[in-house]
Amino acid sequence: MPIDAVALVLLTVIGSATPLLFAALGELVVEKSGVLNLGVEGMMILGAVAAFGVAVTTGSGTLGVLAGAAAGMAMAFIFGVLTLTLAANQVATGLALTIFGLGLSSLIGVGFIGIPVEPLPKLALPGLSDLPLIGPLIFGHDALIYLSIFAVAAVAWFLKKSRAGMILRAVGESDISAHSIGYDVIAVRYRAVLFGGAMAGLGGAFLSLVYTPLWNEGMTAGRGWIALALVVFASWRPWRLLAGAYLFGGVTILQLYMQGAGGFDIPAQVMSMLPYLATILVLTIIAAGPWKGRLDAPACLGKPFRPST
Amino acid sequence: MSLNPGAAGNRLVVYSIFNPASWKIEPRREIPQGLLYATPLLAVVLTVVAGFFIFLSMGYNPFLALYHFFVSPLLTLYGLSELLVKAGPLIMIGVGLAVGFRANVWNIGAEGQLTLGAITGGVIALAFWNEETWWTLPLMCICAIAGGMAYAAIPAFLRTRFNVNEILTSLMLTYVATLFLSTLVYGPLKDPLGFNFPQSRMFGDAALLPILLEGTRLHLGGAIALAIAVAVWVLMTFTIVGFQVRVLGQAPAAARYAGFSGKRIVWFCLLLSGGLAGLAGTFEVAGPIGQLVPVISPGYGFTAIIVAFLGRLHPLGIILSGLVMALSYIGGENAQVQVGLPQAVTGVFQGLLLFFLLASDFLVRYRVRRNPAALRHAPQAQPAE
Repeated sequence: MPIDAVALVLLTVIGSATPLLFAALGELVVEKSGVLNLGVEGMMILGAVAAFGVAVTTGSGTLGVLAGAAAGMAMAFIFGVLTLTLAANQVATGLALTIFGLGLSSLIGVGFIGIPVEPLPKLALPGLSDLPLIGPLIFGHDALIYLSIFAVAAVAWFLKKSRAGMILRAVGESDISAHSIGYDVIAVRYRAVLFGGAMAGLGGAFLSLVYTPLWNEGMTAGRGWIALALVVFASWRPWRLLAGAYLFGGVTILQLYMQGAGGFDIPAQVMSMLPYLATILVLTIIAAGPWKGRLDAPACLGKPFRPST
Repeated sequence: MSLNPGAAGNRLVVYSIFNPASWKIEPRREIPQGLLYATPLLAVVLTVVAGFFIFLSMGYNPFLALYHFFVSPLLTLYGLSELLVKAGPLIMIGVGLAVGFRANVWNIGAEGQLTLGAITGGVIALAFWNEETWWTLPLMCICAIAGGMAYAAIPAFLRTRFNVNEILTSLMLTYVATLFLSTLVYGPLKDPLGFNFPQSRMFGDAALLPILLEGTRLHLGGAIALAIAVAVWVLMTFTIVGFQVRVLGQAPAAARYAGFSGKRIVWFCLLLSGGLAGLAGTFEVAGPIGQLVPVISPGYGFTAIIVAFLGRLHPLGIILSGLVMALSYIGGENAQVQVGLPQAVTGVFQGLLLFFLLASDFLVRYRVRRNPAALRHAPQAQPAE
């Protein structure tokens, strides 16, 4: 295979991994604070339609990306009010968020189907971007891809080294102890949930502005759920999440290439099942493998908390 | 406190309503049953009010839109029969899911199990296509139940054997099922005389559910759905397994001490909900659709989750909530025809309804009272708790 073709394949892997990475990284922080938000798919798709709509109407991709993050955040706020302030069941609320997001996004997106959008500008560096293989791979992406990698490093540092990050982990491991030594559990969780929403919104924005770039009803196609599985796969560690997202990006692209290459006597739909089946397989391996029991799920994950007087 | 208690008292009262410190929130010791069943109504009312403002903001006449959404479908015999056609699958799937939700078994892949049931039932209908026998339909139903159960057995096995979260696996399998159905109708099951459209032959008469009301699409499945809801109610109320499911959900520790097998209950919940979803799938293809097509259900498997919660996880409540959610489907279709509302409004309404229901649950579980302490010291803000 010529070197340019290899670069091209790897580029598409980056493209399909990045939305997963954004959404999963946000959810990782949310879960570290002890909250299980199953509404990633809903936040993501609303982010996708908001980003697309704003980018098309204003002509500015940057505003579009910001709108995507804001839309995801707004959805996360609804989730926060219900589960944190009103102590509602987190599983049910997350499902409601997904159903609502899918409905609202297709309602908003009715007028945007089939309209083209200017893709985000690439940050090309003259000279460097022209290097063979590593040129297009490392240089010359749009800003969101760099942001996603930077965000992994930032979240890893935040959780491990920063004071606020340690408080967040304490809240996720034992809400009652954190509360009794004076930390505001609900406020910490609100911030984590809002961050998760913004990241899911960014993932959606990447899908509709960079990856496709088009708006289509239901275009997230389960990526929000795959992101949730990735968090388990990474056993709540940011760098492992990066590896997982690229692995899944690779599986998605692999099946696309196998469909395109022909030669295989397998219907396209069977190929398209691969990412979903891979998710199930990976979840099973993680749960059944020799490292089980050391999964490091936050101890308070999914449990509602209301401070007592 | 004051030389003029009357004036100061008034000022304090007004002030205190808006001061969070003047409210006291405490968990209720007992759940008031009246409130438990009144809050779904409250949620429906709030959804209608929210719908008013959504229609207003979209530039529609809100009164006209609400009328065509919620009222005019109920004014014709055809509308009422369609209500039952759509409520049938929602009720069947909803009662199955509710049993699991009570035991904290989260099957959210009912849409996939429905699709599998439609496939297995449909394959029988096509295999005996030109044989008009009385047993085609019963055999379809049995195969549909088996198909839905087998598909739900995958998350059940992974959960009980490897402790894999059933939420994610059952949902992933939904995407796989949809793709599988599409493989079949684009490939081996495609109608040979169908001009290459991705659909199977039309089923023969022996594979179609009898119509209950001449001139409508109301089929036997609607009546069976009601019977199943009652049967599940009996199962949950009067049998030992129903008791075990309830104990496991409300007091897992007690269930362990009593020696109930958690794994058996996970299997029971997933097989029951999967089988019912599969049957609902075959009722769709043997009822209103009459053949296999790439998309069998407009999201019944997901909407049934809302139906289960709105019906308070109670089989008889689910009959009512299934009718309400069915109205959101035909109301959406009707409003699209009459005033041009986008069909997507249905999904928004369904999501909003679940939001309002979950929010109003707060009133059921917590008591909000005026805080007498805050009245005495109103000017100094106190921590909200």
